[in-house]
Formats: sequence, C-alpha cells, structure tokens
Amino acid sequence: MKKGLKKWSLFPVLAALAVVLSGCGEEYISALRPSGAVGKEQFNLLLLAASIMTLVVVVVSVLYLVAFAKFRRSKLGEDYMPKQVEGSHTLETIWTVIPIILLLILSVPTILATYKFADVSAMDEVDENGDPKALTINVTAKLYWWEFEYPQYGIVTAQELVVPTNEKVYFNLKAADVKHSFWIPAIGGKMDTNVENVNKFYLVFDKESAGLNDGEGVWYGKCAELCGPSHALMDFKVKSLNRDDFDAWVAAMKATEGKTASADSTDLGERTFAQNCLGCHAVSAVTPAGAAGPNLATFGDRNRVAGYLEHTKENVEAWIKDPEKYKPGNLMTGKYKELTDEEISAVADYLLGLSVEK
Amino acid sequence: MLDTKFTPQTWPEHPEQVTQEGKNKYVGIWIFICSDIVLFASLFATYISLRNRGPAGMEFTSQELFELPLAFVMTMFLLTSSLTSVIAMYHLKNYNFKGVQLWTLATVLLGLGFLALEIYEFYHYVHIGFGYTQSAFSSAFFTLVGTHGLHVIIGLVWMLCLVFRNAKRGLNLYNAPKYFVASIYWHFIDVVWVFIFTVVYLMGVLG
Amino acid sequence: MSSVAVTKKKGVGAVIWDYLTTVDHKKLAVLYLFSGLLFFAIAGFEALLMRIQLMFPNSDFISAGTFNELLTMHGTTMLFLAATPLLFAFMNMVVPLQIGARDVAFPFLNSLGFWLFFLGATFLHLSFFMGGAPDAGWTSYASLSLYSPGHGIDFYVLGLQISGAGTLISAINFIVTIITMRAPGMTFMRLPLFTWTTLISSTLILFAFPPLTVGLFLMLVDRMFDANFFDHTMGGNTIIWEHLFWIFGHPEVYILILPAFGLFSEIIPVFARKRLFGYSSMVFATILIGFLGFMVWAHHMFTVGLGATANAIFAIATMAIAVPTGMKVFNWILTIWGGSIKVTVPMIYALGFIPSFVAGGVTGVMQATAPLDYQLHDSYFIVAHFHYVIVGGIVTAIFASFHFYWPLLFNRALNEKLGYLTFWIFFTGFHLTFFVQHFLGLMGMPRRVFTYMEGQGWDLFNFISSIGAIMMAVGVLLMVVNMLLSIKSKPVNCRDYWGDGRSLEWAIQTPIPFYNFKQLPLIRGFDAYWIEKQEGNTEGMTYAEPLGDIHMPNNSILPFIMSLGLFIAAFGALYHPDGVSWSIPVMVIGLGITVLAMIIRSVKDDLGYHLHKEEILAIEEELYGKGGNN
Repeated sequence: MKKGLKKWSLFPVLAALAVVLSGCGEEYISALRPSGAVGKEQFNLLLLAASIMTLVVVVVSVLYLVAFAKFRRSKLGEDYMPKQVEGSHTLETIWTVIPIILLLILSVPTILATYKFADVSAMDEVDENGDPKALTINVTAKLYWWEFEYPQYGIVTAQELVVPTNEKVYFNLKAADVKHSFWIPAIGGKMDTNVENVNKFYLVFDKESAGLNDGEGVWYGKCAELCGPSHALMDFKVKSLNRDDFDAWVAAMKATEGKTASADSTDLGERTFAQNCLGCHAVSAVTPAGAAGPNLATFGDRNRVAGYLEHTKENVEAWIKDPEKYKPGNLMTGKYKELTDEEISAVADYLLGLSVEK
Repeated sequence: MLDTKFTPQTWPEHPEQVTQEGKNKYVGIWIFICSDIVLFASLFATYISLRNRGPAGMEFTSQELFELPLAFVMTMFLLTSSLTSVIAMYHLKNYNFKGVQLWTLATVLLGLGFLALEIYEFYHYVHIGFGYTQSAFSSAFFTLVGTHGLHVIIGLVWMLCLVFRNAKRGLNLYNAPKYFVASIYWHFIDVVWVFIFTVVYLMGVLG
Repeated sequence: MSSVAVTKKKGVGAVIWDYLTTVDHKKLAVLYLFSGLLFFAIAGFEALLMRIQLMFPNSDFISAGTFNELLTMHGTTMLFLAATPLLFAFMNMVVPLQIGARDVAFPFLNSLGFWLFFLGATFLHLSFFMGGAPDAGWTSYASLSLYSPGHGIDFYVLGLQISGAGTLISAINFIVTIITMRAPGMTFMRLPLFTWTTLISSTLILFAFPPLTVGLFLMLVDRMFDANFFDHTMGGNTIIWEHLFWIFGHPEVYILILPAFGLFSEIIPVFARKRLFGYSSMVFATILIGFLGFMVWAHHMFTVGLGATANAIFAIATMAIAVPTGMKVFNWILTIWGGSIKVTVPMIYALGFIPSFVAGGVTGVMQATAPLDYQLHDSYFIVAHFHYVIVGGIVTAIFASFHFYWPLLFNRALNEKLGYLTFWIFFTGFHLTFFVQHFLGLMGMPRRVFTYMEGQGWDLFNFISSIGAIMMAVGVLLMVVNMLLSIKSKPVNCRDYWGDGRSLEWAIQTPIPFYNFKQLPLIRGFDAYWIEKQEGNTEGMTYAEPLGDIHMPNNSILPFIMSLGLFIAAFGALYHPDGVSWSIPVMVIGLGITVLAMIIRSVKDDLGYHLHKEEILAIEEELYGKGGNN
C-alpha cells in the first residue's frame, strides 16, 4: 500500500492518459482525434480537466484504500474503541481551499474559450465591394435530414456539407420542425438548432477529408438532440476541400442553374422523377432554400443514401420503395404514388447520374 | 380540547399555536406559501417573456387591452378584504366568536365581489376576441391571472366551510388555528394580486 | 412482516383496507418501499431491453419508436417513481424515529402524498397499454413533445402532475415534521445527518417542484386545450420549457442525492464505530449544495445558445458545487480513518460508493467546463456521468439501506452472504456498463440513439456495456430474492441490530410498536443512543415524560379517494383533444370526487384517539414478552 502513495508515480499515469485518449476512436468521428481549431482547443480542455480530475480520483481512492486497509476491525480487535473525533478545522480548511484552487485553474481557460467560441462578429464584416469576408452557411435541420444553404453563392445542398479548409466557416443554425442539434465530433462541439431563433457559431476544418477512412473521404456529422424515431439515423457527412477545389465545386454547383427534370423526357427515370418527386426535390443547386425534401443536385456524388445507408443502387431502390422501413417517421412516405420496380430502378439510375463532381 | 370552556381571560395569547396540531398547521401554511410563491414566480416569468407575443398580425396588445380603472377597483376589493380578515383575527385573539364570523363573512363577500369583476373582465376579453387560444400572450395572461383567481375561489370555499361548520359551536383550540391559517393564506393571495396589478396591468398599460 | 403486530390474524381484505387507510408512517414507508421497488424493476427492465438492442450495431431487436418510449419511461420512472419513493420510504421510516416523534406532523397528508404518487405513477404506466408510452425523453423538450402524435406525452404530463403533487405534499410534511415534532432536547445541531438531508432535500422539493408543475401545466394546456405557450408560430417559445424543466430538473438530482448522502452518513459511522467527522461542516455543506443547486440549471443548456456570458456564469457556479461535495467526501474518509471498520453489506456498499461517486462527480466538473461541454453534451459521456452519480450514489445508498434498515422495517434481516454476492455482481456490472460509455461519448456517439451503424468504432464498447447491464440485472434479481427469503427468516426481535447504532432509531426494540415511543425520549446530545449506551443505560433512552396516555391519529380512506378522483379526471383531460363527448363530464366527475372528499375532510372533525396507559402496557407485553420494552 505504501508504494502506491509515492506521488511521482502519478505523472506517468497522466502522460499515459493523453496517449490513451488520443488513440481512441476513428479519426473521422472521434472528438478525441480533433482536426480543427475548435475541436483541438476543446480536446486540450479535456486533457486539462481530465488530468485534474484523475488526480482527485487517485488521491481520494488512495486515502480511502489506506484507511480501509489500516483500520479494519479484524485487525484492531472486536472491542477496540476508536477515539470519537468531532472534526478538524485545519483539515477542513485544507480540503476546501485545495479544490477551490484546482477549480480556479480550470475556470480561467473555460471562460476564455467560452467567449472565443461565441465570437461570430466576423460574420458581418464585408470587404470594399460589400461582399462578406467570411463564408457563412445556413443550416436548417428538418425531420431527419439537413439542408445547407450558401447565401453568398445562391446555392443549396443537402445531407453532405462541403466546406473549405483552414478558414473559419460560420454557421447559422435553425430547425424547421422540432429541435435538433448540429454536431461534427471530429471538428468541434455542437450547437442546437432551435425552432424559434437562429444560433450562430463557427468551426475550422484543418484537414482535407479526401483521405479519410480508406478513401471514403468524409467527416461524420450527427444530430445530437432527440428528435423522434429516426433521431439515430439523422446523420450527415462533411467534405472539406482546399480553397481552390472548393471554389471549383461552387462553380460546378452554380452551373446547375435552371436544371430540371422533364415529364416529357424519353428517359423513364427522369419522367417518373418529374411526375412524382420534383415537387419536393430540386435537381438544380441554384434554388431557394426551404424545400420540403433534400436537394438532389449532387446525389450522385454522395457517400450515403438517406444519410446512413451504403451508396448503392440497391439501397436507392429500397429507400424509394419503402422509406418508412429505413427512417421511421420520415415525411417522404406516402407523398408519391406507388411505383413499379421498373420505374424505381429507372429513378435510381437517374438519381445516381446527378452529379457536379464527375 | 374541544370541550374546554374558555373566557376572554383564559383564552391564550396565541390560540393558533397552543396545540401541537395548531403549531403544525401554522408552520405548514407558511411552508406551503413558500412553494406557492415559486409557482407564481414561474408563471410571472412565463408571462413576462410572452407578453405581447403572438402570431404575425396579432390584434391585441397589453396597451390596448387593459384598463386601469377596473383593475384598480378589483385591487381595492381585495385589499379591503385583507383588512377585514385582519379584523377577524383581532376578534379571534380576543375570543369574540361573533366578530370572527362576521368579519370572515365580510372577507368572503369582498372576495366574491373581486371574483365577479374578474369573471366579468375575462368574459369581456373573450367577447371581443381575446380568447385563451388567440396568442401566446393571451394564454399566458389567462393562465397567470386565472391561477390567482383559482386561489381566490379556494380561499372563499375554505372560509365559507369554516364559517358554516363552526357556526353552532363557537371558538375552541381545535378550530382557532383553522381560521388563522385561512387568514394567512388570504393575505398571501392579496400580495400576489398586488404583483399582478403591477406587472400585468400597470406595466401593461404603461408599456 | 409488518412492523406492527398488534392485531393478529387479519383477513386479506382487512389487511388491504388497513393499508389503504393507514396514516402510520411506518406502514406508508412499507408502501413506498414496495411501490418504489416495483417501478425500479420496471424501469430496470426497460434499461435492459435498450442495452440488448444496443449490444450489436444495426440491430433490430427493438424498433425505433419503441426504443424512444423505453428511454423516456426508463428515465422518468427511475427518477420520479423509483428513486424518489424508495428514498421517501427511508425518510418515512427513519426520520420520525430519529427525531423522537410518534408520527409525522400531518399523518393524513402523508397518506395523501403516497396515494397521489402511486396513482399518478400507475396512470403514467397505463400508457403502455393504451396507445403508446411517452417518447420525447424524460426531459420532454417542447418542440418534440408538441409534435409527438398519440397520447404518450399526455400520459407523461398528467401522470407527473399528479405524482408531483404527491411528492410536494410529502415534502411539506417532512419539513413541518422536522421543525415541530422533534423530541425535547433534539436541537437542530443534534439532528442526525439523514434527518438534515431529508430537511434540505424536502426544501429543494418545495422550491423545485412548482416550476415543474407550471411547465407541465403549460404543456398540458398546449397539447389538450390549444394554448400557445410553446408554439412559436403563435408567439410561444420552446426555450421556456427548457428553463422551467431544468430549474426543476437540476435541483431534482440533489433532491435524490442528498438523502443518499444522509444514508451513508448514518451507515459509515456505525460500521466505523466512530463519530461522523466534521458534523457541522457536513450540515453546512448540505445546505450549500442545496442552495447552489438552484443556481446552475442552465448548465444543461450550454448548447442552446444562451450566449457566452450566461454560459460562463453558469459554468463557474456549477464548478463551485464541487467544493462542498468534496468536503463531504473527505469527511467520510476521515470518519473511517482511525475508526474500527467492520465490513458488512451496508458498509461494503458505502465503501464502493465513495470512489464511484467521486468518479461521477469529477466528470460533472468536466461538463461544467462549458466549451468542453459542447463536445460532451447529449453524447454518451453525459449518460455515463449521470449514471455514475445516480447508480454509484443513489442506488448504492438505497441497496445499502435495504440491508441496514431491514431489521427496523420488518423485524427481519437480509442474508449477508447473498448480500455480498449481490454487491459484487451489481457493482462490477455497474462499472462495466458505464465506464466505457465515457469513451463512447468522446468517440462521437450521441445519446438516445436506438441503433448505430458499423464502422464508427463503437461496437466493442457497446458490447461490453451491454454485458455489464445484464450483470446489473442479475444483481437486482438477487436483491429481490434476498428480500423474499427474509420473509421466511427468523424475527430479529432486538434493539440495536448492528451493535454500534448511534442515533435514536436503534434505541427502539423491534418490532416497533405503532406509537414508536411509549414515552417520548429526552435527547442529551448528538448521537443520542450512543450517549445512553456509553452511560450504560440498557433502556436506550432517557424519558422526557412519565408513562401516560398517547394521542394517535385516525385512519382514513379519504386520501385514497381524493387521489382516485384526480386519477379519473386525468382520463377526461387525456381524451379531450380527441373530441370525445365524455371527456368534460369525466373531468368534472373526477375533480368533483376530489373536491367532495376535501370538503368532507374539512367539515368532519378528525380528533384522533387516545391510547391509554394500560393498553400500552398490554401491547408492550405482547410484543416483547413479560416486562415489556426494557
């Protein structure tokens, strides 16, 4: 027991803590392997807080184990009568003051970071042409999907957020129906999307996503507030590109202006889509935000069907056939007529062909 | 305790706290009022944050709606009823049962007057279209003021029960605490109204 | 089985009638105990189902909608309908004995509080059979709960409203009891710590439940009578619900943990055979925790967007709570330091509690760090944190107290060997379940998810967590078996079962007569019974009065009828939005029954009855044999 008391033996433990924590989880989703300024600062706070707290737990546990081992009745004898101590002012002062000091150490970076993360004044700054300096994205959370609008460029996408690296990206967050919460664990902490007001915050993406997870190439985003049966499935993905690639992506998105599906098309997929789906789903990225269904202009470029299913034709077909099975409580079920297998297959082909990257 | 006969001379100084039951009731009503204060505080906070909030193009605002003269008359009714309740307690301490009954009844009458005016007020609002479901503002208003009104009704029923139940048997150490705590409760209702008058009506009209 | 063995051989009907009408705090404690245990088992089973669902990725054991019902009912039941009544059971049983009272201040209200709680809880659970349970989480955030179809949320609102009224009434009763019913000499600074924590926790209920009542009422009228408090298109605001809920919700966790602290503060000194270290600082810390508990609610709302200043203030206020809590932990350690520790089942729970609770507490401080909380909030980290505090703190306290107070409650002891086995299985399972959940949260797993996909690095830890949950379930099952076995065991018929009892409840010989004390005791200092024992007083107490007549309250069925009226009215309100013709009449009938019962209660004198000296002596002789209680 005495050996465990030697204080220096704690420090390797603390060092090990950092190593263990940072080795945890997958790079594209773990808050323990942050890839952005916000997430990194939060991780540093985690290390600081966890070290102090581990110290507290260790001290308490050691004290208590020693007491437990030393003062057993089996050792002291059945009739041993301990001294009935009332208390000790000195000791009580010590264990009041030491925690206060530890908390003060923790509270300074807490306050600094709280104000830092809440600073969104740059959202309103404009250059000499009157254009905003920083990139702002309007995020609208809807029952089980996410809409991303880029007001500076007049484009809209859904389910897969595309952002430039190494600059502050500002977000306006809002919910269209019930409360959700916007969270990209590997990049930084979350913020709620409320129904009655717009929340603002920023994130920084340090790294291009292309190489993540054996070429899957996306960060994982989550809804973090219970929002109904399919809350667990309300995932989104994030692609971070360098500024040049991002600008190219924006240009390609803008080029879809005016694109639509024709009900007179010779292609069965496009025809069926126009008749059944176009009312909610736009195929051009240059449309106003606020559509009833996700914008599909980039559907062919995405990593997932419905936010979480593998991006295969079979899954697209299965989803169209019975969305309720894959996302209970979604708002798409029953909004279109029952389609034949042939029509579904054709629509799936059509959708997978919608792309701005290929 | 019921059968002990008292005279004004032998009647104790604090008849409400002589028995263990009386003391419990006395402490109990104060504890209950503590929690009722928090209840009203929550309703006030809700009302303040929803005041004048409604759907786009809402018709009614507090400035247009509330009229101070009516609220003032209601306030006077309730304040006076607090005074009559104090007089009833004065008679309670002096073992004057007739006085207790009479002034408690006066309190009830004034309370009824207040209630009638409140019902008229609510009826009027609903009549001109400011119903419970009209806006967040209307829901918050009726809930706050209505909860107070409900407290008034409970107080009135309580005092009436006391007056009728004890009409034939006079004061004793069993029912004295009951009159006393009912009176404390009534004062509390009165204080809440003062806040309602200030926060809802006065601040409502002044904007 | 009952602690009162005066009238023998009653029929089943008579026993049921006895419990329906009883105002005896010891019988109500038994009612609280078994109903709390019932709901604890139900909520535990719900947790088990959820953990089985999450054992493997993309599992389809439970559907998404059902999972949300389970998680909502698990949280709601555990906090309102399991932990609260179980702690109330011990408060009811022990507090009057500790302060030397024959009953609580308002025996009638005590019974009313129980029946309101029980019928409210029953109402809530009927939702499973009547179209679906609530599914918006125990927090029931307004936008989702207004959107939620069916009657689930209506059951939640009405059930909690009724049971919450019961809890509030009980709290008022405890406060008044502790203020006015203390035996001669029992000053506030001589109160045992469990009585102190009961007082503070009841005061927290007093101030915390009204905001919940208001919140639930606003939700009720919004859902059932078209009010607009939370409908933002009509000017409403859902954040109001979040504030009201957490102004209640944060004190609620202290309402539960403080009595748990109190229980351990009774258990540890007994088995360390040493006076509680730093009594006055323990009392001070309890009050301070209670006070600060009201200043920190917005730390549940760091990500709501209240602004940096609000977040910073609430972060610091929250951290401050760690200081008095730390004081308590060190006081417990210093109590066993230098003592003579006897390891028994209650003590092993107490010893397991200290490190587990500290681990739960420190993760709380981590979450108080607002910017860090942006990552931790609504992830599995928070799930791990509050289960460490609740299971590691409250549930261990309850389990320890089952063993500790069983002799007082039922004049039987629980089996020690089985108790140790239960402890080790439950305790190992508990750490296995929740320790890894910290890392799941940090690895990006949100809470309240009914499933998760492969390839996110969460599979192994979820599997481990589920294995732990199964162990916990086995532990609880063994606990119940132990209780059942105790029925067949021999009555203990003794005073001071553990041998080192310190406070007054141990001075009474079991089975405890229904009037508790034939003569009220005179309290001569802190640890009243210990003082008497040190001075060789074999009767365990010095009396403050000669043997004489005892005044006792009458039984009454009215509390049950009042509660039943509200129970009936709730069905009317529930079906009101469906436009059925009978909804308003049912509400009127139900409320009418309640009001009528209240009026009967007001106009019918209830003076109680007197137990005469000779009857007391006869009862004592029957309970303890010739010579009575000596």
